[in-house]
Amino acid sequence: MAIPINLPVVQPGTQARKGNFARRPEDAPENLRERTLELGAKGEWVVHRVPEPCVEVPTRSNGIKRVPLQHTWHHKSCGQCGHIPGYSTSIFWLHRKLGLEYNDPRDQTSCTAWNYYASATSNQAAQAAVAMRNFAAAYETGYFPQIHCATSYGHYKEVRAEMVHHKELREQVRGILAKMGKPLVMPEEIVHYSEWVYAVRHEIAKRKVLDLSQITVTVHPACHYYKLVQEDAIYDPDVYGGQRTAVVTAVAQALGATVGDYSTWFDCCGFGFRHILVQRDFSRSFAVQRKIEAMRDEVNPDVTLTHDTGCVTTLDKSQFAAQAHQGVKAAIPVLSEAQFAALGMGAHPYRVCQLHWHAADYRPLLEKMGIDWRERWREFEDDVERLKANPGSFLTWEDADGEWAVPAAHPDHVKHGGR
Amino acid sequence: MTERAQLASQVPDSEKERLFNEVKADLRFGDYLYGCYECGICVAVCPSARFYDFSPRRIAQAVAREDVELVWEQMNGEVWECSQCFSCLLCPRGNNPGGIITIMREVAVKNGLHSAQQALEGYTRIIYKIMSTGTQVSPDMIRPEAFPDWGPTAKETADNLEVWRRAMPPDTMHTTSASWEVDDKTLTELYLIWHLSGVLDMIKALDESLHMILVDVMEEKLEEAGYPLS
Repeated sequence: MAIPINLPVVQPGTQARKGNFARRPEDAPENLRERTLELGAKGEWVVHRVPEPCVEVPTRSNGIKRVPLQHTWHHKSCGQCGHIPGYSTSIFWLHRKLGLEYNDPRDQTSCTAWNYYASATSNQAAQAAVAMRNFAAAYETGYFPQIHCATSYGHYKEVRAEMVHHKELREQVRGILAKMGKPLVMPEEIVHYSEWVYAVRHEIAKRKVLDLSQITVTVHPACHYYKLVQEDAIYDPDVYGGQRTAVVTAVAQALGATVGDYSTWFDCCGFGFRHILVQRDFSRSFAVQRKIEAMRDEVNPDVTLTHDTGCVTTLDKSQFAAQAHQGVKAAIPVLSEAQFAALGMGAHPYRVCQLHWHAADYRPLLEKMGIDWRERWREFEDDVERLKANPGSFLTWEDADGEWAVPAAHPDHVKHGGR
Repeated sequence: MTERAQLASQVPDSEKERLFNEVKADLRFGDYLYGCYECGICVAVCPSARFYDFSPRRIAQAVAREDVELVWEQMNGEVWECSQCFSCLLCPRGNNPGGIITIMREVAVKNGLHSAQQALEGYTRIIYKIMSTGTQVSPDMIRPEAFPDWGPTAKETADNLEVWRRAMPPDTMHTTSASWEVDDKTLTELYLIWHLSGVLDMIKALDESLHMILVDVMEEKLEEAGYPLS
């Protein structure tokens, strides 16, 4: 039996008061965007500027971050594309439905940070060179990096800080990139996809085709999004009074769902990097006992939403084994907020959101959302039979929409889509 | 005497001092440690501390006090229990215990410590995957025997893998042996990074067989692309 935790939590519907907690200028944290621009002006590197149109969003340090709406270079995630592919597919689908152009490159490697945090079989220069190679590749296309994985995002912000602070590291990485004919390029902002979803959340809400008012969600904020190099994560005074990151929660609220709070929101998911691959007893125990059980006991949500590869993987995949333990209550479906938003906008649960790759039972959620999952699965099985009969053929974006097509928006509609 | 204590007694103090100095010499070290208030906040928020005999505070204190013996012991054991979530960045002193651990692990790998080899047993296939394909995991890793705890979806995914990968719209994701399609030129540039940054030397210290396989995979592509390896 779980030990009751009597910690204050924010009750659904509570209106957070907006306090004024601005830091004194002398206490302001270092502004790495400004340092990036300064080094660009000194010729240390090329600064890849955020393309217009962009949305200005609020950050933890009461600053402004510029999030580009389109012309984005999608830095994909290993775990998303490999094991929960509906995560990536939903991000692309949202761009398409909002009429925002993007580039899905093959000239992209992993950030390799999952391996780095798991095994340490790398070093500072290698990690920085991998990041800067990807940034240079994006710059060559003219498209601005949008990073799908929170670990890539957090690690790249670590790399940016190290490159800003250490000239000798810049020189070492410059030398490595020169051998492949690439310049040093640093993006003006490091942008996570969930910041883009936050920036366009009202446009998504306008295109919603399902009533989500009966859906209660819990949110797991990803550690590497808001704990690593923290100052430019999005914090919004209208969400948790500006005391927690607003991404994911603001999106769920904009879609009309109820966000339930729980006492272990700050805990990590239990991914552990090395643990999730070769020591999963830890990951499973932590995910179920510290996260899933707390959510179930305190909120009993229809779904938990998060915004990172490792978090969806750990929280979703860890629940099956826990059911073998007597008395362990489990089975909360786990989705990214991109998948949840796509479903709300009418995306096909299998062709687009690829929910058949998920382990925790999501079907009760779909039923509550008003989605006929049996009929949608039948359609998907028809697709599969057609593909089997035609080796070398693929499901297209046109196939994915079918009769579920939602009218595309013009970019002008989302120019002012931020708060 | 425990196995680790026995091992510790066989390692000369000068060797422990050398490894400690290697940790301190890392460029990041000065950004990661400013002392320790001994408040325990890092332990309170640490997931690994709830399940293992592990404490980020003990690590920060040992390194801050330059307790070479204890740092050596930690480098040969508990550093591998850290989850690398960086919750410990709540430290009011501004420390980064998770970052210190990253450096300690790197030194352990680079010096081929037996404890690092043990900690990474079973993980080397992942190192091969990320270094050779440029993506960390692949769809074809989902096998019921590898992930029995993931439930029936692991078998269902494995049974339908090829056609399920074709049943998704993005062109880059119709792959089974990598997370997405990575261009050959891109992979060659990644291999060049591993060569020039000393990562292959780290792999050699960790696992000579893995090193030989990786060199075999990489050399041909690098030579074809005209990159001199010497």
